[in-house]
Amino acid sequence: MITLLGMLVVVVGFALRANPLLVVVAGGLTTGVAAGFSFNEVVAMIGQFFTDNRALMLPIILMVPIVGVLERHGLQERVAMLIQRATAATAGRVLWGYQLLRGFTSMFGLSIGNHAAMVRPLIAPMAEGAALVRPGTPSRQSRDEIRAHAAAAENVGNFFSDDIFVAIGALLLIKAFFDNAGVAVALSDLKLWSLPTALWVVLVGWWRYRRLDARLKKAAAAAKERAP
Amino acid sequence: MTLLTLDLFLVGCGVVLAAVGALIAWDATHPQRWGSAVFWLLLAVAVGLGKWLPPIAVGYAVLGLTSLVATKRVGAPQFARGDSAELTKRAEVLGNRLLWPVLWVPVVAIVGGAGLDWVKFGDVSLVNPKQVAQIALGLGCIIGLATALRTTGERPLAAAREGGRLLQLLSWSLILPAMLAALGGIMAKAGVGGVIAGLVATALPVQFPLVAVVAYGGGMVLFTVLLGNAFAAFPVMTLGVGLPFIVQAHGGDPAVMGALGMLSGYCGTLVTPMAANFNIVPARLLELKDHYAVIKAQAPFAGAIWLFNIGVMYGCVY
Repeated sequence: MITLLGMLVVVVGFALRANPLLVVVAGGLTTGVAAGFSFNEVVAMIGQFFTDNRALMLPIILMVPIVGVLERHGLQERVAMLIQRATAATAGRVLWGYQLLRGFTSMFGLSIGNHAAMVRPLIAPMAEGAALVRPGTPSRQSRDEIRAHAAAAENVGNFFSDDIFVAIGALLLIKAFFDNAGVAVALSDLKLWSLPTALWVVLVGWWRYRRLDARLKKAAAAAKERAP
Repeated sequence: MTLLTLDLFLVGCGVVLAAVGALIAWDATHPQRWGSAVFWLLLAVAVGLGKWLPPIAVGYAVLGLTSLVATKRVGAPQFARGDSAELTKRAEVLGNRLLWPVLWVPVVAIVGGAGLDWVKFGDVSLVNPKQVAQIALGLGCIIGLATALRTTGERPLAAAREGGRLLQLLSWSLILPAMLAALGGIMAKAGVGGVIAGLVATALPVQFPLVAVVAYGGGMVLFTVLLGNAFAAFPVMTLGVGLPFIVQAHGGDPAVMGALGMLSGYCGTLVTPMAANFNIVPARLLELKDHYAVIKAQAPFAGAIWLFNIGVMYGCVY
């Protein structure tokens, strides 16, 4: 049971709203020391895992200079201008469209973007631009809500349609696990049983983004009433 | 032998981070000048040269980064957003040429990811097939940056300055994903998974087929929330609950269980701050007031998708 001490540190740390980095490092040190490793052994483990996983930072570090330079020259404004020409566009429809595109391409194992490469430079400004066409400028609160849903569209599109046609990731991992455990599983069956959820997620997205549009409309109407 | 390795691109990342740190050290008006400069320079060394340093040195560097953050010595100045009318004017000048650099990145990443591992010069291959996706993305970023600088007429220093602006918004959340991987790895070495799976199995009446399905799907969520990664939760829950109770005791189909089990885990990914690169990093990157805003937007998705998964699993697995 003492091995769970580190997990307790993590849960309590997050509950107290301490800085997440501090919580995670403290949780790792506690877990390692509670399991009987020396402090220096645990620090070396942290160093090794950090080195092995530092490539996780690569897409962000190399992408932000591009986005930063273009933003200084009006990238977000340009994207918003483009979307405002499409009169049928609403924030919700833009985000639903992106979720579909993201999901469809990831069925083939392709990744067309992430938060740094697509959401901040293109998708969030498009959705905000679409909301601007409707009467009433979005308030800070509405703007944050649109952006949070833009991040959600990226995640939901990314997670639930993995590998259905071309398996390169999660389904291979599941297959490898069952092979190691001596359980016979066909890759084609795994693909087949991933499909219902991928379709359901499209519907859930439609519902959520419709609700978002409805809330934005209400907020815009309320803002208009306050400032005639 | 390979010409382009991932390590090479990580050295490039180190150079970017070092430039950011140097610019902060240069900037006398930065509110937390020295703490922030040390943070980015130390991170530059750990990322760029980590492979050639002893793990314990990298480990202590990470502890140093964490204590700088915990004692609030790392910060960002208030960046002026720029005059909106001025930006609109500039956007009209450059027009759609502003979009191309951003679109080049996925194009190069996808085409390169599909084709680069075929390129060979005799015995020398261009890339290691295992790293081809990340290397193609790195190449896409370099091409994108070159196009961006050409289009805007900016100098490379501007790339470091503007990149640094966005990196300072991210600050500690940039290294959180790698640290979560470390936490997961240490927990695996300590045997945390087996202990929890044992607890679930003794606490719940898993002899009922429905309870077994709910315990497995719910355990996937709980574990993913705690570990931040459905891939880490999957082997633990499937060995501890799925295989013994759903497949062996009740004769369930492992393919149905495995596919929907993993998809249930993703519902946990949508609602946990531990999945930092999906939930916390974007909240910082999009400059949201609330760190948990993305998680709040995703919670209804997670609930609706999880219920569907459990329904399909219970209906089809037995």
